[in-house]
Amino acid sequence: MHVPDGFLDAPTSIATGVVAAAGVAVALRKSRDELDDRTAPLAGLVAAFVFAGQMINFPVGAGTSGHLLGGALAAVLVGPWTATLCISVVLLVQALFFADGGLTALGTNITLMGLVGVFVGYAVFLAVRAVLPRRLGVVPAAAAMGALVSVPVAAATFTGLFAVGGNADLDMGEVLTAMLGWHTVIGIGEAVITGLVVSAICTSRPDLVHGARRALAARAADERTDVTTSEVVA
Amino acid sequence: MSRPRSNRRVFAVLLVVALLVAGVASYYASSHPDGLEYVAGKTGFLETADEDGPSIDSPLADYGTEGVDDERLSGGLAGVAGVALTLAIGGGLFLLIRRRDPADKTGD
Repeated sequence: MHVPDGFLDAPTSIATGVVAAAGVAVALRKSRDELDDRTAPLAGLVAAFVFAGQMINFPVGAGTSGHLLGGALAAVLVGPWTATLCISVVLLVQALFFADGGLTALGTNITLMGLVGVFVGYAVFLAVRAVLPRRLGVVPAAAAMGALVSVPVAAATFTGLFAVGGNADLDMGEVLTAMLGWHTVIGIGEAVITGLVVSAICTSRPDLVHGARRALAARAADERTDVTTSEVVA
Repeated sequence: MSRPRSNRRVFAVLLVVALLVAGVASYYASSHPDGLEYVAGKTGFLETADEDGPSIDSPLADYGTEGVDDERLSGGLAGVAGVALTLAIGGGLFLLIRRRDPADKTGD
């Protein structure tokens, strides 16, 4: 969903640039709480992994493809503020070196994928996680749900921006329907990839997964309770 | 849960997977337009795209490596370069802004 130069007019691009800059500025401060000696290298690798994942376009039918956006994935793995920075770095590298996504559209792309994609994905993850038991197995499923929802919401956000400042006069209902339809299918791919990757890391190293901390804490509390109980019995 | 564990192995696995995905698997990715591009073409705003920005002159533009004719190698090298650039910029940024806790000895 990399927006090229030209889709949106200058005022809209400047506005999304301001939103993106503000979001990144807040993320630079807030991510300090998520990053320590252990998670900082992991976050760099997550960014690299998202770059790689975005290269894999998967077919979704009718001559169309989609690829991972990675916002929900990064948010669950390293926390949402760090995820915003991860996605922003990926988009910066793509726009500067790979001519993928316009330079004047960088603010738009950071807003869509680094802010909307990340925070919608993370909010849905938290909501799903909250209604399910505090178990590790829940984390990949909740992450997949967040990923699934994040893609069509980002697509709808683009359509909203296009309605305000698109450089073409179109039937916006038609654009919205097409964007939502295709990006719901792409969201399924996003959910599958996100679920598999989070599951793989949760299985081997749950302690490294930001979104698994609550489940791990619950497990540790259970173990403590078990120990206390067995001591009492003994 | 506080037993010390090596993070190097899991970091190495992640890096190798990212390099393989970007450097090898990317060759097999679909070359169809993505959802946005497809919708833009269908509904009639694709031609408003300006694809001649300054980064079109980058040696890695459009995920190919300038001067490498073999398509598989050209795309693979571009993918590896992208992973390296992202890791260098992202990793550098995150190391710079992380909390440094002198009491934390659980680090790698």
